[in-house]
Amino acid sequence: MSQDIKTFTISVYTENNIGLLNRISAIFQRRHINIESLTTSQSEIKNVNRFVIVVKITEDQAIKVVRQIEKQVEAIRAYYHTNEETIYTESCMFKIKSDLLFEEPQIQNIIKESDSRIVTVNKTFFVLEKSGRRHEIEELRQKFDAFGIMQFVRSGRISVTKDEMKVSELLEAFKNQ
Amino acid sequence: MNTETIKKEENKSGKTERITGSEAIIRCLIAEGVKTLYGYPGGAIMPVYDELYKYQDKIHHVLTRHEQGAAHAAQGYARISGKVGVAMATSGPGATNLVTGIADAQIDSTPLVCITGQVPSPLLGTDAFQETDIVGISTPVTKWNVQVTRAEEIPEAIAKAFYIAKSGRPGPVLIDITKDAQFAEFDFKYEKCTGVRSYLPVPKTDKDAVTEAAKLINSAKKPFIVWGQGVILGKAEAELKAVVEKSGVPAAWTILGASAIPTSHPLNVGMVGMHGNYGPNKLTNECDVLIAIGMRFDDRVTGNLNTYAKQAKVIHFDIDPAEINKNVKADVAVLGDAKESLSLLLDALNTNTHEAWHQEFKDLYAVEYDAVIKADILPEKEGLTMGEVLRQINIHSGGDAAIVSDVGQHQMIACRYAEFNISKSNITSGGLGTMGFALPAAIGAKMAAPNREVVAIIGDGGYQMNIQELGTIFQQKVPVKIVVLNNEFLGMVRQWQQLFFDKRYASTEMTNPDFVTIAKGYYIEAKRVTKRDELEKAVKEMMASKSSYFLEVCVEKEDNVFPMIPSGASVSDVRLS
Repeated sequence: MSQDIKTFTISVYTENNIGLLNRISAIFQRRHINIESLTTSQSEIKNVNRFVIVVKITEDQAIKVVRQIEKQVEAIRAYYHTNEETIYTESCMFKIKSDLLFEEPQIQNIIKESDSRIVTVNKTFFVLEKSGRRHEIEELRQKFDAFGIMQFVRSGRISVTKDEMKVSELLEAFKNQ
Repeated sequence: MNTETIKKEENKSGKTERITGSEAIIRCLIAEGVKTLYGYPGGAIMPVYDELYKYQDKIHHVLTRHEQGAAHAAQGYARISGKVGVAMATSGPGATNLVTGIADAQIDSTPLVCITGQVPSPLLGTDAFQETDIVGISTPVTKWNVQVTRAEEIPEAIAKAFYIAKSGRPGPVLIDITKDAQFAEFDFKYEKCTGVRSYLPVPKTDKDAVTEAAKLINSAKKPFIVWGQGVILGKAEAELKAVVEKSGVPAAWTILGASAIPTSHPLNVGMVGMHGNYGPNKLTNECDVLIAIGMRFDDRVTGNLNTYAKQAKVIHFDIDPAEINKNVKADVAVLGDAKESLSLLLDALNTNTHEAWHQEFKDLYAVEYDAVIKADILPEKEGLTMGEVLRQINIHSGGDAAIVSDVGQHQMIACRYAEFNISKSNITSGGLGTMGFALPAAIGAKMAAPNREVVAIIGDGGYQMNIQELGTIFQQKVPVKIVVLNNEFLGMVRQWQQLFFDKRYASTEMTNPDFVTIAKGYYIEAKRVTKRDELEKAVKEMMASKSSYFLEVCVEKEDNVFPMIPSGASVSDVRLS
């Protein structure tokens, strides 16, 4: 098995209980693994949450971490995937002074070319939202940096996998036991 | 709590009763069959203690002298009986004092339910008196934990707690209950939990994997079994014995697996690991098929993983998927319950004796006997040895005693030399190595199995870590036998200092109090032995005593435990001196 450090996306289906985030993040902390990003939300199944955790580790570590996560009583299933096995994106927002829109005509071009969306505009600032891969967001941030950004925030990765995860079947089987 | 996520035994009466949360806690414990629990009262758990007072004819609460003692006593109770141990404490320091015992239970897979009181829910997060985030603190060392802030949630939380603690690979759970939830009234009914949808306690045994395992074992020239506590937790002792006897495969054990097959069994070749027997350690690196059953390849068992059984095909039986390939790569993994897997395996095994292979173990035992064992158990030098004390205990217990050991040199000697006829008899802190474990654990063990002889074997260091539990022994009149092997050192650390730190004995020498006087202060019969000719009589007297008994044996100060696999070395480099 490859001992190279790679980016893995770990997807976890869980019950929606207090403390579970702590329990899952502790598994990484204990192994001295830095979490690059962590997003949690409702999944496609009612009352089932989905964690999307991005880490840079070896595949061997990924397997072990996934097993430790699955061992947690309230974790339903966990999986790890490489970038190639997932469709993924991040989202970000920029808050920028409105004056710049008029003073720096370049900004309008940057917005047009970047495939981003203006969320709101008022006299003092405007807010821009952009979804995409990390390098696209980074590129955009660098472009705006030259003019000054009032606020910047980027979400963690969200991703869906190309293959099926069959969590619904698992839950269905429990119901019919 | 989302009730659709768990399955419950139907309460046919359908009746509910209006009671308080704290009464509900006691009623739940009684419904789960709890007869004894260990704990210590305090502000945030007082309503529950008030109910314990009312229900004292149905459930016996043992007041330990420290919450750590309560947790270890509950562990001892669980380890000897296979039942869930229960410990209770108040919020804040009461709760944090349980943590060492909980961590110990987690790493040694011991079923515990710990109940802690918590400040009233409106005060959560306000740094209230004796408030601590025990759910946060205990998360990494519990199988499951939960905070309850409403009385209505209590029955389901406790039902789930017992189910989770004892099913699958057992472990400790903690329920933190706010004081307002204890006081509030609600309509109570109890339904035991029978399933949690996100949790599969026992993976299905893969019959093909069993067949493959049997094939490997049947064609092996030098197969070798190493079993662990999974055999005991899975109640698979008889199945293991049958497998060993039919296949003729030499079988060794980890410390926590000890006693699953009697030590006197001819196919039982001894203990593996850092201070295990010479043969099983050396021959781990000569076997062609290594069959690991309910064990987790702890580093104290394997030594250096890069040189561990590399020549062998590895078959790993375990209930916990996370153990497969965690430390040692398995060629065949058999997930599932040991009892079921082993009985399937038994049918598929050929009868064999492996006589020549067994002879190799016997030959190495003879080497170990001459180099180590003889001088340990039948010493000719002046100073007393720990090994000869164990020998005397064996003689006078006939191998029927449960041995509760602490951590250190005396523990290794106890595990090496204690004779066991009965399963669940070696109660010790394996994974966590918790000094202070033995005295309270022995209390729990004796109370769970009052008809069994329970002998605590403790070093002078560990004894003083929970010495206050003598008070519990006295108050509860628990007839445990306490043997302190006193070498006036933290012996195992001193041994390492001698071997690896040029004898720089940093903070390992102990100036000890008069242990006999202390025991007598608790009205416990006590004796000190300093000479060989006093030993046999003293052990005999102790074992014959019907009440608790304290025996201090002053042993040689600087004896070492051998064989030894130095930390990081290979199992085949096990040293005899």
